[in-house]
Amino acid sequence: MNANVKSIVLVTIVLSLIACLPLLAHHGNAAYEVKTVTLKGTVTAWLWTNPHVLLKLDVKDDGGNIVHWVGELVAPSNMINFGFTAGTLKPGEEITIVTSDVARSGAPIARLAQIVLPNGQIMKTAGKYDGNAFARRDHEANAVK
Amino acid sequence: MHKRFLALSIAAFASLIFAPAVAMHAQYAPVNPDELEVHVDGWNRPIPRIDQLPKNSAPAPRRDISGTWEPAEGWRNGVQAQGAYNYPMDGKHPLPYTPEGEKAWKEHKYGDGFGSYPLAEVNDPFKMCDPIGFPRIDLHDLRAIQIVQTPKKTLVVYENDQVWRSIWTDGRDFPKITEPRWYGYSIGKWADDYTFVVETTGLDERTWIDNTGRPHTKDLKVEEQFHRVNHDLMELTLTIIDPKYYTKPWNALDKYPLRLQTDSFDIREMVCSESEAEIYNKEIAEEAAAAQNQKNQTQKDQNQKNK
Repeated sequence: MNANVKSIVLVTIVLSLIACLPLLAHHGNAAYEVKTVTLKGTVTAWLWTNPHVLLKLDVKDDGGNIVHWVGELVAPSNMINFGFTAGTLKPGEEITIVTSDVARSGAPIARLAQIVLPNGQIMKTAGKYDGNAFARRDHEANAVK
Repeated sequence: MHKRFLALSIAAFASLIFAPAVAMHAQYAPVNPDELEVHVDGWNRPIPRIDQLPKNSAPAPRRDISGTWEPAEGWRNGVQAQGAYNYPMDGKHPLPYTPEGEKAWKEHKYGDGFGSYPLAEVNDPFKMCDPIGFPRIDLHDLRAIQIVQTPKKTLVVYENDQVWRSIWTDGRDFPKITEPRWYGYSIGKWADDYTFVVETTGLDERTWIDNTGRPHTKDLKVEEQFHRVNHDLMELTLTIIDPKYYTKPWNALDKYPLRLQTDSFDIREMVCSESEAEIYNKEIAEEAAAAQNQKNQTQKDQNQKNK
């Protein structure tokens, strides 16, 4: 298996796992709906802030227009446990993001489940050992509605 | 000669085909994302994850709950985004509200859990970085805490909001006249050698009990029981007593497990900065609200046209 095939397989596995990933929320989830979208774009800002880290990304839409996406992540104190730092991304870098939720309103705002770094490394924001029981319940609560 | 040429050609062709893959492999050796999941302290040093903890614990020391503690089921287990751990806002855990209590709760527009409000409508005081207050500091984003025992008082230092509480153990009673405080007035006593019981009163009505806007009056009394099970494990039970809003006391936490961390654990900063909150509210809440308004307007116009 060459590296391309390997990465395709990996991405496919990761994408299928995303369906089971817990939502990460403590500052409002009513504005989002569960939706997985993969977007490629150029980083314009990486804001290492509380309550949640924000990523701004310029993405070309089908018509060739630039759309300014804002990706919401989780608190820096969560992110560090998944290998992220304040310096993980820099403006100008080309990356891929995978959303877990997007704004119901249609605004280009999303919660992110995965970030694929310029070197191809896949980064995630929820895992096996974090004890994130409540986020799982959030997911179920959203499903009820 | 012919054969050799053929072999060389195949080799050259193969190298053309596979070179990009080989080159890519050299620069890109992805790490399994699971391997990136570590647990680190504020100094960015690895701390054992829940699956890496020692199995056997020594007995609990007598009358000692000092040390750095974290939620035992994972460092993120105390986030309680969806409300107090024992009463999550999932439509299945009703609280014993009085009519006044229920009315007060309905005025609190919370952003998480069942029945939550759109972000732009959320009136959570913590959204504007008001002090998170007590007991919410135990019931929302409960992360690392450090307990320090001195002869006259016990301090609880919280990672969240970088605040501390003083629990007096010098035999004093509550002040006769109290101005409400974000973190109230706390008195602690040992119920037995392994159970430290804390009562807190004088709490500011502006704070929410948890992240889903459970309300309280100025007469709220909170009881915390810190029960040290063994050297490494402690259970926290937190009871809400506020008869004006709740017909009976309820346990927001019931033997919630905390585990001891090493002495060298550096507690991270986790501060609600007003300027950062402003960025968050602008980028996420206002943008989403503006797009929603536009969507509603378009729908309205469309409906008008169809009439």
